[in-house]
Amino acid sequence: MQAIVFLAGLLALAAYGYYAGRGRAMSVAGPRRSGTSLHSLPSYYGAYVVLWCGLPILIIGFVWLVAGGWIAEQAAMASLPGSLTDVDPGRLQLTLNEIRNIAAGSLFGEPSPEVRTAAETYATVKGFGGWIVVAGALVIGAACAALAQRRIRPGLRARNAVERAVMIAMMVSSGIAILTTVGIVLSLLFESMRFFAQVPVTEFLFGLHWSPQTALRADQAGSSGSFGAVPIFVGTLLITFIAMLVAVPIGLLAAVYMSEYATPRIRSVAKPVLEILAGIPTVVYGFFAALTVAPFFRNAGEGIGLSVSSESALAAGVVMGIMIIPFVSSLSDDVMNAVPQSLRDGSYALGATKSETIKQVIFPAALPGIVGAILLAISRAIGETMIVVMAAGLAANLTANPFEAVTTVTVQIVTLLVGDQEFDSAKTLAAFALGLVLFLVTLTLNVIALRVVRAYREKYD
Amino acid sequence: MTDAIVSSAGPVAGKADTERRLRRRYAAERRFRMYGAGAIIAAVLVLVTLLGSIISQGYTAFWNHEIALNVTFDPQVIDPQGTRDPATLSRANYGLLVRDALQRQFPQVTGRSDVRRLSGIVSSGADGKLRRMVMDDPSLIGRTERVWVLASDDIDTLLKGQIDRELPEGSRRVSDQEIAWADALGEQGAVRSSFNTTLFTAADSREPELAGIWGAAVGSFWLLLTTLVLSFPLGVMTATYLEEFAPKNRWTDLIEVNINNLAAVPSIVFGLLGLAVFLGFFGMSRSAPFVGGLVLTLMTLPTIIITTRAALKSVPPSIREAALGVGASRLQVVTHHVVPLAMPGILTGTIIGMAQALGETAPLLMIGMVAFIIDVPGGPFDPATALPVQIFLWADSPERAFVARTSAAIMVLLAFLVLMNALAVVLRRRFERRW
Amino acid sequence: MLMNPKDSTVSTAHPTKVVARGVKVFYGAAEALHGVDLDVKANEVTSLIGPSGCGKSTFLRCLNRMNDVIDGCRVEGSILLDGDDIYSSAVDPVLLRQRVGMVFQKPNPFPKSIYDNIAYGPRIHGLVSDRNELDEVVERSLTKAGLWNEVKDRLQQPGTGLSGGQQQRLCIARAIAVSPELILMDEPCSALDPIATAKVEELMDELRANYTIVIVTHSMQQAARVSQRTAFFHLGHLVEVGETEQMFTNPQDERTQGYITGRFG
Repeated sequence: MQAIVFLAGLLALAAYGYYAGRGRAMSVAGPRRSGTSLHSLPSYYGAYVVLWCGLPILIIGFVWLVAGGWIAEQAAMASLPGSLTDVDPGRLQLTLNEIRNIAAGSLFGEPSPEVRTAAETYATVKGFGGWIVVAGALVIGAACAALAQRRIRPGLRARNAVERAVMIAMMVSSGIAILTTVGIVLSLLFESMRFFAQVPVTEFLFGLHWSPQTALRADQAGSSGSFGAVPIFVGTLLITFIAMLVAVPIGLLAAVYMSEYATPRIRSVAKPVLEILAGIPTVVYGFFAALTVAPFFRNAGEGIGLSVSSESALAAGVVMGIMIIPFVSSLSDDVMNAVPQSLRDGSYALGATKSETIKQVIFPAALPGIVGAILLAISRAIGETMIVVMAAGLAANLTANPFEAVTTVTVQIVTLLVGDQEFDSAKTLAAFALGLVLFLVTLTLNVIALRVVRAYREKYD
Repeated sequence: MTDAIVSSAGPVAGKADTERRLRRRYAAERRFRMYGAGAIIAAVLVLVTLLGSIISQGYTAFWNHEIALNVTFDPQVIDPQGTRDPATLSRANYGLLVRDALQRQFPQVTGRSDVRRLSGIVSSGADGKLRRMVMDDPSLIGRTERVWVLASDDIDTLLKGQIDRELPEGSRRVSDQEIAWADALGEQGAVRSSFNTTLFTAADSREPELAGIWGAAVGSFWLLLTTLVLSFPLGVMTATYLEEFAPKNRWTDLIEVNINNLAAVPSIVFGLLGLAVFLGFFGMSRSAPFVGGLVLTLMTLPTIIITTRAALKSVPPSIREAALGVGASRLQVVTHHVVPLAMPGILTGTIIGMAQALGETAPLLMIGMVAFIIDVPGGPFDPATALPVQIFLWADSPERAFVARTSAAIMVLLAFLVLMNALAVVLRRRFERRW
Repeated sequence: MLMNPKDSTVSTAHPTKVVARGVKVFYGAAEALHGVDLDVKANEVTSLIGPSGCGKSTFLRCLNRMNDVIDGCRVEGSILLDGDDIYSSAVDPVLLRQRVGMVFQKPNPFPKSIYDNIAYGPRIHGLVSDRNELDEVVERSLTKAGLWNEVKDRLQQPGTGLSGGQQQRLCIARAIAVSPELILMDEPCSALDPIATAKVEELMDELRANYTIVIVTHSMQQAARVSQRTAFFHLGHLVEVGETEQMFTNPQDERTQGYITGRFG
């Protein structure tokens, strides 16, 4: 509600400011090409006023957005008795969550009267305070608009000011990319540090037993060896390996066929098929894996006398491989097309057949690029979530047998975090540690792959 | 005459040998070609299997069965005081009316457990339907009307022929008794199948026959709207700056490397970022499409930036020079000339980015859009879920009826995606200039 | 029957290696080459000259059926190599291209080692049975191409690491490694500096003792230097063919004269 009023007020002021500024500019303007003619077009003066009033409003709004919750929390905590505030951070956070929930209107169980008053304080500060901020922002905005209007005179270089502001806006938005990366790294690091304060790094990276549930008992956290992530890493690698076994041959061969052998008619069918496969959401693949592929493998296994789990790594890996085929195929297609025609001509002129040329000249020439493509595909497979959440298992199982159920890093991240969470328990923080590992691994793969592909492309350009 | 470098060359010497070798080489050529064709065929087969299994499982969800009941709107049950007070009317026990109607249909059924099972052959939403009818038209009280109510999901599945009657009673979801009732109703002409509008108009529900995708669809709408409003301006501005204005120094190189890396970061990491920063640090509300929109914006930005840069690059420098020559400032050159000319490419990239965002599930799971929401969200700040998340939730339910509905929801999602991609293709074909 | 082109000599010194009659080339519906009749004599260098776009490269590529690789390209007429029609269905282009080698305008060594570049041809055609034979073939090819002394110590290094002139000689060595009878060269020196050009021209003269060479060149001076017979193409027609010296001192057709004196092209 506050947001709507805020935005509406901002838009209204902006519109008013624009027309007022523009009108004023036109009224103070002298005749054209005289000393008192306008420096810029009238619309720029309007935009000038809009900037002057809009920016302060946005800044104030942003500050409240970021700090408002915190301010309300401080006020609520001040009203709590010491017995509730003088506890470990985990318990305090729980209380704060409870306060926030009550203020939002969702009641769970019977909160104590102190908590209830604190919640009321929170709601008041956030609500009433929010209205004050909105009103204040709009008033300040109006004042700035008036001020800006006063400054309008023919010599004012409105266009330059507006353009400079636009450039700054563009620079800031470019900075968001860096901000995002910094945000990812910082948040992952921060939470992981808290995790590693409870569970040593070596146990996490090299431990063989993963069973986060047991860590809920306070005396067992970190000492029971229940956060050893090796089975998870192995499971991820197993499924990725199976996926690559499916995706790389089919993807490469498909790319070769389409670029060297296929008639335009076949290409007009094959290319859309691959594009459709690439566009299908992963949740659909997951559904397909869980409801069709996994039972198929299980029944087929029973038929031959093998015991195949209904959450086998094979099912998840195969479907993941299918999802990655278009990726491999389009990347290697690009890479092979970059090989100059002169090499092909040289090979044909010596009397080589098409397959000999492809296998012995084009493929080796394109190899760095293809390796880069495969690395990118592996990175994609490692980071894939929905297919494995729906088709792979939940229990950490250290095995290389594709017929058994294994779990992956992404599945564990999801299971640890979906559901009620206490923000400090080792269980929740473990998800961030896993996320950090995932991020670092995929980043490394991507950097290597992009460097390889770029070096290869420079060779031929 | 020719001082041959290799002695066994040429058409004269070792002709049979050469021919044999040639045959082998061509055989290898044919094999290789077959492998390539096989790969394409495999891809096509997989797609056909995938779509086929989804459609064959999902099409049955598009209609469901209704049962006709002769309902007596007994005033004793609904409005004993005769006040016609809406509060009283809404609190009345309409389940009783349903039970009575069924008992009159099958007078031989006695005993509490049997009667309860009999009531169970219609959906639990039948109560709600009767309530709505009376609230809309209180004059119904005292009359007897023929009302069509939804069958329960098990009976619906039975009537669609998806339950094997041959199985022993213990292994089926419906008992012999229930089958007998359903058959009897069918013979009396009290059963019909109709288009399943509930699927498209209702929000989520525990009961399959009452569950619909509308809530998730609206949630996805708010999600995409937020994402579009945030990512389009940011993406275009960033790309424009990087392509047209930025000096070539270490900072801009760093930004470029960053963007390329972000494009390849797994989506779940963005979910973790959203969880830690938006929910944890900023304290925003869970399950709100706005927060999901923020996360998806961060994910879609690299895509939009990269495609916008490509579109801007394709505008020839001669246009820029011409505009500068007329006296436009650098910003005016870009905003008046370059960006409008690159717009088809930019829009195409944005639509494709939105299509990818529509299908994203993992980051939404992280920020809590995975709750069981039974209300349709009214705005981007109400708790909601999204269509792919709805599919994920329903896929976990064991009831057969949910399998069909999940597949139907997938078909709807795919239809939207096809539409969006088709739009992008049409846009590209109609408006993109070839310089 | 030589109808259109004016042949200013009757040559009996060398037998005829290639006899082309009525060769037409179509790219789609457009006719690029209009009925060319040409004889190429064995152990001679024949040069094809003419302004850009006159069809000389197109004709050259007919001789080893490289035009087959281009989509939409159609060839009519007959081309006989030692009496065999190379476009008959009994002839395999793969084998033909072992008999007729080609060197391209821009040197195109494979991104493999120097050794492997030369070894590629003999390997796929199965011309050698063991490693020793292959070593000999590589050495002989490089020697004949005048490159052996320069690269004998770095055979395993990539072929792309050589200078432009060396790369082109590598390509020539690669072409002769499969023992062709006819070598086609499509403006082989246009990407090379004068010194490298001189070396390649010297090579051509040495090679013609054992091979027949047809070269396309846009430089008349080069044609005058290296070839014994010259054919002048113009707008898809073969205008005149004859002994090189004769062509350049006393051309029969006025179009030839115009080109040679620099009035056009």
